[in-house]
Amino acid sequence: MADFKLKIRRFDPESGEPAYWGDFDVDLPPERSVLDGILQVKDREDASIGIRCSCRAAICGSCGVRINGKSALACNTRIGEAAERARDGAITIEPMGNMPVVKDLITDMEAVHWKKVRRVVPWLLPAEEPPEHSEYIVPAEAMLDVTQAMACIHCGVCVSACLSMEVDPHFIGPAALAKAYRFVGDPRDGAEEERLKDLAEDPHGIYDCTHCFACVEVCPKDVAPMNQIMRLRRRATGDHGIKDDNNGYGHEKAFVNLIEKYGTLHEAQLLPRSFGDGSLVKGQIEPGAVKQLIESLPTALRGLKSGKVTPKKALLHPKLPDQDQVRRVFSEVESKDDRVELNLYIVGESGGEEAEA
Amino acid sequence: MPQHDVLVIGAGLAGQRAALAAAEGGASVGIISKVHPVRSHSNAAQGGINAALNPEDTWESHAFDTIKGSDYLGDQDAIEIMCREAPEELLELEHWGVTFHRNEEGRLGTRAFGGASAARTYYVADITGQAILHVLYEQLMRHEEVYRYEEWFTTALVQDEEGRIAGAVTRNMRDGSMELFSARAVILATGGNGQIYDPTTNALICTGDGIAMAYRIGAPLMDMEMIQYHPTTLAGLGLLITEGARGEGAHLYNAQGERFMEKYAPNKMELASRDVVSRAEQTEINEGRGFPDGTVALDITVVPRKRIHEALREIVNVGRDFAGVDITQEPIHIKPGNHYTMGGVRTDVNGQTPIPGLYAAGECACVSVHGGNRLGANSLLDTLVFGRRSGAHAAQAIKGLPVPEPARASVGAEQEVIDAIVSRDRTGRRVSEIKAELGQVMDRYVAVFRDEQGLNTALETVRRLQEEAQTVAVDDKGSVFNQDVLGALELQFMLDNAEAIVIGAIERKESRGAQYRTDFPDRNDDEWLKHINISANGEGPEVSYSEVTLTQWEPEERKY
Repeated sequence: MADFKLKIRRFDPESGEPAYWGDFDVDLPPERSVLDGILQVKDREDASIGIRCSCRAAICGSCGVRINGKSALACNTRIGEAAERARDGAITIEPMGNMPVVKDLITDMEAVHWKKVRRVVPWLLPAEEPPEHSEYIVPAEAMLDVTQAMACIHCGVCVSACLSMEVDPHFIGPAALAKAYRFVGDPRDGAEEERLKDLAEDPHGIYDCTHCFACVEVCPKDVAPMNQIMRLRRRATGDHGIKDDNNGYGHEKAFVNLIEKYGTLHEAQLLPRSFGDGSLVKGQIEPGAVKQLIESLPTALRGLKSGKVTPKKALLHPKLPDQDQVRRVFSEVESKDDRVELNLYIVGESGGEEAEA
Repeated sequence: MPQHDVLVIGAGLAGQRAALAAAEGGASVGIISKVHPVRSHSNAAQGGINAALNPEDTWESHAFDTIKGSDYLGDQDAIEIMCREAPEELLELEHWGVTFHRNEEGRLGTRAFGGASAARTYYVADITGQAILHVLYEQLMRHEEVYRYEEWFTTALVQDEEGRIAGAVTRNMRDGSMELFSARAVILATGGNGQIYDPTTNALICTGDGIAMAYRIGAPLMDMEMIQYHPTTLAGLGLLITEGARGEGAHLYNAQGERFMEKYAPNKMELASRDVVSRAEQTEINEGRGFPDGTVALDITVVPRKRIHEALREIVNVGRDFAGVDITQEPIHIKPGNHYTMGGVRTDVNGQTPIPGLYAAGECACVSVHGGNRLGANSLLDTLVFGRRSGAHAAQAIKGLPVPEPARASVGAEQEVIDAIVSRDRTGRRVSEIKAELGQVMDRYVAVFRDEQGLNTALETVRRLQEEAQTVAVDDKGSVFNQDVLGALELQFMLDNAEAIVIGAIERKESRGAQYRTDFPDRNDDEWLKHINISANGEGPEVSYSEVTLTQWEPEERKY
């Protein structure tokens, strides 16, 4: 047993008072969870603390909070480890971010999450009538592939941590987009292209993700929502060639082409290539992209001003010395009939061996 | 006053399946749940769902396994229906989009499970319940005409003057307002009561609400003494390690390194039925061959690594996060722990209780398909088959019935109960103290091994706690998400459940299924091949009996 200090963010909507911190002491073995700590406070001292919780085993997805500022499930965060990361020795527990707070640690997930889940048409739209007295015959790998997205428990922890959501509250968000992949990647679904077009063309859709990995890092179920978003992009761009008004298609293509050519990102070329198929110098910009290009000029100028981009670097981007190897990776991948996507249920050969050692 | 043809209370698998079936039957449907539907405890069903779908398998084989598993207490007509309808139910789920495991030909693949004579358990890794629950919720979102009342807490069922069900009283947790729902039919799908035990694999929400509410308006409870202890739960926390682990080949060892199931079930070994394995483990532990922490070891390392990642992923996480054990590298310590309520509100094969218009489905119901002991992967099947049958039946049965007008006074009465708790000053014990004592007493005396003396102690304790519960006070005086006052109501529900369980266990003077009486160690078909029913008659619980329905399987000795 050990003593831990909890600082719990309290908010009573009926009091008319702003939120405040409540300080509590708990006595638990360090391997027990932060949720166990909160429940001990509720049991012994103050049962008015509001927190949704049920299974205590990271299955029901109720107890998403921020612990020492980091979004997590309270039930699968060990209290001893949380204490080690705590500033001033007190573990801070706050409601999830990017969501309105209803009371104490209880947030309004309907407003910022479930509404968006419904936005992605979250049910199977079968390609054909189901076979009679039989299942759909589909590849085992395809089922395992979408099962990673199916593993999502909709706890909202990724939504809480999402940086894009902070800037654009209308962003569909990591969990709802992972849900979308669950249908797009499902061979039984017949609306792959419509779904992808819809999510690519929505300015708050798949290209609103900034690829920051925050959702991957915090997800308690290894759903890796960002990876699912990237899969949606690969399918939208690579498989369906969906050209969207957000220039997501062009940006994705430009990225891949530049890496194939230089091995590293040629940032000065990225912008013009994203907005046109060729370089800015050659004047192959797509007319529809002019407005966005102009809007991005201040960013480019700031880069020049801060020295991040220099005219020399911008014009003469060196290739990697072993650029041929990069090309070989490209041709190896492109020569395959099927795209191999690893996930938490399909572990790569090398991954297995590493873990073995 | 919200009005629906069919009101479903509880939104786990049974509730959602009932709501979908009732909607397809043309009824206007409301579904109420004290948690968001995807938080329901059906999530925790890891291993899979049974169905005799393979051409080599037969429903009769599935039915026989279930009947033998039930220790012949299951009603064979109901079991026949469940096993016959299992394949189509499974295929419907597949057509709705459940990502069931496939074999190399792309067809549905199976795993082995306890007490089964064929590998007939269909699964999604080890998140089967979660996957089905989320897919049903997808379908629920698609059906815009089904009204969802998420985070509404039902406090009481309401009848009309003739005793027919007329609706329910609920509290909107978001703002604390009380609402009277009018309904031509009410389907209870509120789950089990594991929280009356400590530890338990059950979630904090599993407080037997529906069982208690039905009991309070006179519905008989059946087989309540049959409480399943799951053989593989983590010591202390009670978290579940799926039977799928043993289905995939994991072994059980005592502290002396003996694979002890050889002694108890030489044919089925670790895959004997749950009551048998739990008793074997508890015997090893009681006789000093367990580990010092009161456990035995489950060795999953014999399962190939790739297979563990593909099929037992959640168990890797549970081991790592909650026990600090890498199950791919070392055995994990486990013990029997409270898991499942075989008994519940007595229903017929269409989910109808003896109260007109009141249905029950899933763990809160007792059809009875599980009898004395439920087989692994039959619970999901039970929720779905009888959830669907309840919803479909209710949608037809209400046709032509007038819109009931439940008495407004019922809301006032419920409001008074809540007001009394909220306004009370603390003089007695806390809700948490009473709950903790209840959990300890039940786990000590009403567990794997029972005897009359212990059961009497348990009954005395439960009755004392019932009195103490009358004086609990709460810290939260507010209206918005006052979980504290709901906890006080849940405590009363739990105590009603506990009382019925103990009375049933005292009454049944034999050993059958999950009920093992050390003072009556044998099964006694002559006297006890019957269901125990417990009803509230105003003055207290009343015991009566009902026949076990036998069709083509005569009771015989049970060996694994």
